[in-house]
Amino acid sequence: MTEKPTEQTIETEVLIIGGGVTGAGIMRDLSLRGIQTLLIDKKDLCAGASGGNHGLLHSGSRYVFSDLHSAIECRRESTILKHIAPQCIEETGGLFVAVAGDDPEFAENFGSKCEPAGIECTPISTSKARELEPLLSDRLFKAYRVPDATVDPFHLALLNVAHAEMVNGSSFRPHTEILSFICKNGKIEAAICRDNRTQSTITVRAGQYVNAGGAWAMDIAHMANCKDVNLLYSKGTLLVSHDRLTTHVVNRLRPPGDGDILVPGGTVSVLGTTSLRVDDLTTVKPTVAEIDINVREGTAMIPALATARYIRAFSGVRPLLQSADNADDREVTRGFALLDHSSQNLSNFCTITGGKLTTYRLMAEKTSDLIAERMHNSKPCQTHTTSLPDEESCRWTEPGASPKYWYRANDPEDMILCECEMVPQSAIDEIITDAPGAEDEMNLEAIALRSRAGKGPCQGSFCGIRITSHLYDRGHYHDKTGLIHMRDFFNERFKGMRTIIWGQQAAQMELAEALHCGLLGLNNLEDD
Amino acid sequence: MIEEARHFTAELAVIGSGLAGFAASIFALNRNIKTAQIGNTGAIAYTTGYLDLLGSLAPDYAASIEDPWQGLELLRSSYPEHPLCRIPQTDIHTAFEQFTGFLGECGISYSSPGKTNARVLTPAGTLKPTLCMPATMQIGTTAFSRQEPCVIIDFKGLKGFSSSQIAANLKDQWPELRNTTIEFPDMSLGEIYPEVMARALEVPETREKLAKILVGAAGETKIIGLPAILGMHSPDLVRKEMEQLTGLEIFEIPTMPPSVPGIRLREMFEQLFPQKGITLIPQQKVDKLKIEQDGARLFLSDSFGPITVDAKSVILATGRFLSGGLEASIDGITEPLLNLPVTQPGSREEWYREKYTDRRGHEINKAGIEVDASFRPLDNNGAPYSNNLFAAGVILAHQDWIRGRCGAGVAIATAYKAVEEVEKYLS
Ligand SMILES: Cc1cc2nc3c(=O)[nH]c(=O)nc-3n(C[C@H](O)[C@H](O)[C@H](O)COP(=O)(O)OP(=O)(O)OC[C@H]3O[C@@H](n4cnc5c(N)ncnc54)[C@H](O)[C@@H]3O)c2cc1C
Ligand SMILES: Cc1cc2nc3c(=O)[nH]c(=O)nc-3n(C[C@H](O)[C@H](O)[C@H](O)COP(=O)(O)OP(=O)(O)OC[C@H]3O[C@@H](n4cnc5c(N)ncnc54)[C@H](O)[C@@H]3O)c2cc1C
Repeated sequence: MTEKPTEQTIETEVLIIGGGVTGAGIMRDLSLRGIQTLLIDKKDLCAGASGGNHGLLHSGSRYVFSDLHSAIECRRESTILKHIAPQCIEETGGLFVAVAGDDPEFAENFGSKCEPAGIECTPISTSKARELEPLLSDRLFKAYRVPDATVDPFHLALLNVAHAEMVNGSSFRPHTEILSFICKNGKIEAAICRDNRTQSTITVRAGQYVNAGGAWAMDIAHMANCKDVNLLYSKGTLLVSHDRLTTHVVNRLRPPGDGDILVPGGTVSVLGTTSLRVDDLTTVKPTVAEIDINVREGTAMIPALATARYIRAFSGVRPLLQSADNADDREVTRGFALLDHSSQNLSNFCTITGGKLTTYRLMAEKTSDLIAERMHNSKPCQTHTTSLPDEESCRWTEPGASPKYWYRANDPEDMILCECEMVPQSAIDEIITDAPGAEDEMNLEAIALRSRAGKGPCQGSFCGIRITSHLYDRGHYHDKTGLIHMRDFFNERFKGMRTIIWGQQAAQMELAEALHCGLLGLNNLEDD
Repeated sequence: MIEEARHFTAELAVIGSGLAGFAASIFALNRNIKTAQIGNTGAIAYTTGYLDLLGSLAPDYAASIEDPWQGLELLRSSYPEHPLCRIPQTDIHTAFEQFTGFLGECGISYSSPGKTNARVLTPAGTLKPTLCMPATMQIGTTAFSRQEPCVIIDFKGLKGFSSSQIAANLKDQWPELRNTTIEFPDMSLGEIYPEVMARALEVPETREKLAKILVGAAGETKIIGLPAILGMHSPDLVRKEMEQLTGLEIFEIPTMPPSVPGIRLREMFEQLFPQKGITLIPQQKVDKLKIEQDGARLFLSDSFGPITVDAKSVILATGRFLSGGLEASIDGITEPLLNLPVTQPGSREEWYREKYTDRRGHEINKAGIEVDASFRPLDNNGAPYSNNLFAAGVILAHQDWIRGRCGAGVAIATAYKAVEEVEKYLS
């Protein structure tokens, strides 16, 4: 940790900035066209909206009233993803329900609105709906079935990166932040980056530069003096319940509002979402007020949400695109935008932002088409037909998968380190050696991102200790670094717990703090 | 099964089986007060065995206090509402002496409360301040302060206790520290648990087998540290015998919860209290508590049916959220048994600071119930809820035992005070 910052130059054909699903998707798409890339993220894979969303694979039905184009796009893309990446998707099906007090006309029109979008939407009786989902309110008056599904964005991003690494040696560097560009004669010559772990400077020289910075895309474009990316930020806050409350995705049948959707994800459910304009991306975090609104609103649809045990809350930011020439125009689109920046006198830079997790592949395709054309590569896109192959070290993010692998291996020596999610020692070992982004002194946050460790009711407060001990035993740590990583991990996990600590979580938190601070004294570590 | 209603009477009913509850029963025994203790399993199985009086001070709980008695003086001027500030120091000292004395008589020796805090080892390889420790842990502290060569030994299959971690974190402060890993006799495959190991070491053959392995692991070194597994019922004897068998000096380091030193205390109390005339109803929760002018009635039930306890006085020592003495809901914090008013921050937004390990600690930890000078809980009007209801332990407001490192201190001292007030009330 005390090494002197060094300098390093890396050359690559294409530099992709932003390790969300979009960046990861571009990396894979280009690799399949034989183009070699370097993907960087200032934090890690899915550190932005890709790790802070609902995980809903939109059938498109949510957009039939507001944006027919997006609805159709979602319908097409979700169908493709169900074919090429079934291992990341659970075909839960979805329900749209209206409860007493909601607009009956709106509810009535829903079916006819789905039709032009080509979305299969079946009206069902309210009793049938409650048979399918017993926790639904008894005050329903209208219900429909739609082909919604859920997707694990972590698994998806990891597999995209792993595949690209395998296909042509493209690579991913976590905690590498772009700071500035060197531009000359209408081209970017180099990108100046910082390794946020070692503080060393890295110069990347590439032929093409892709800005897949999501909500940060405007900041990144500014670094290249591009003024044509105008974003507004909308923050959404979601809560994770301890149990899975429904088998289907449940949407409220009314114009989009707070607390109107409950999405299952493996063994939990995710309730959301609020929508709040923010100006500053650095202070985004859930607030108590947002949590309370989500719970209150959600309760109208599913009364059990009032008494459910919540284990986590998180926020993500949606970048909302404004038209370039009229920055005051509040008319924002929910679709995505690909800007080639030729109007900004740059010929080897582009920005892709907006859109959805559901449309990430299409966003990657359009971006890769542009890059390929610029590089005079005529290979067509293959991602809509080529299945995403499995990779062993990426399989640990799937809820409920770890116990399966563990039982199958039946090795008594392979101890469970995360008892909530049954993550064994072997998973940790595999991740720190083989997973995309694996490196020396990989920290607990990075391990947790690549597995289910810390995602259960204890939110890592026990397994953080066990995994750290295991890593000391393995010789991964030789000094205080392990304790510092452990403390930082707990601090990071706490951000997602702070607003939902009541009921059993208050007891959980008291035990955690007694251990971490009362006993181990992590609040008194001297590291800086 | 025939359900029979069972009924007990006592002068004092202690509700809670944490350190405060057990301490209250011991102090009541010393004062010849006829006592019934009812308590659900609680935080005691989590404790390390260390009995802290006061280890750090607000506002930033930074440096660990060397002299807790002087620390109490500082606390008195900076934070007089703290429960420890409402009890004379001599009483606090007596309370620790009586408590550790009782434990010693019952077969779990403790160091007696001294003038200064000791710096003791944690399973992460950090050090923490404490006042009294089990005799089984003492050599670790002296070996560290004398910088003697020592080997920390861990076991294959025991999770969360890594001797390499302890050594890696202490190597700067204790250059003579080494570490190694061994297998526990007859438990070489898969995961093993401290409680199981401790019970296994009650058996002489296991001790002999382990001793052989330990001698090999120690090599030239004469002092070894083990996770806390040296027997469940007579740790002092087990340790002594292990020392004789190995010719080494041996000490224990607490493990992750559930920890053997806490379970030892609980099992010892559960075994000995009935013999000493205390009515102990362990592992049960009081469902309802009715307090009247001249007495109280407790309602509970177990698998054989309902139980009632009539007592002249009650000590409420039900702990915080972890033990169920306080409950947090989306709307606020309540006390479930009597719905006593709970002093708490104005809104949930203020419960926790942004950063988990913020040195100032979290406001929620200072929430709790208010008591008067006689440790009687207050009602909504600020008057005692009843003349015969007292409270002790970490349920009390105005203390952050976690950051202050004063868990046992608050529990034992306030239990002492509450029992003293009970005696006054009864006479
Ligand atoms: C609350 C919420 C709920 C949502 N729910 C859904 C849903 O259910 N279904 C759905 O389909 N879509 C959903 N979305 C939308 C979806 O999450 C996003 O469209 C998608 O994740 C965007 O991915 P991305 O890769 O473009 O951006 P991001 O995932 O935001 O990635 C951008 C990355 O760039 C990195 N970065 C930023 N600055 C720098 C820099 N200077 N240097 C290096 N790296 C940098 C960031 O760390 C980040 O990882 C939701 C969005 C939100 C906010
Ligand atoms: C992980 C951990 C480590 C610790 N380490 C240390 C240490 O190193 N040193 C130290 O000094 N202290 C330590 N402590 C603190 C110590 O164990 C006690 O928690 C503390 O002293 C408070 O004691 P208490 O008796 O007031 O409350 P608790 O110990 O919480 O006990 C409350 C009791 O009341 C019972 N109860 C609650 N409601 C009811 C009801 N309705 N009916 C019947 N019973 C009820 C509970 O079941 C429980 O037994 C530690 C605690 C934890 C959790």
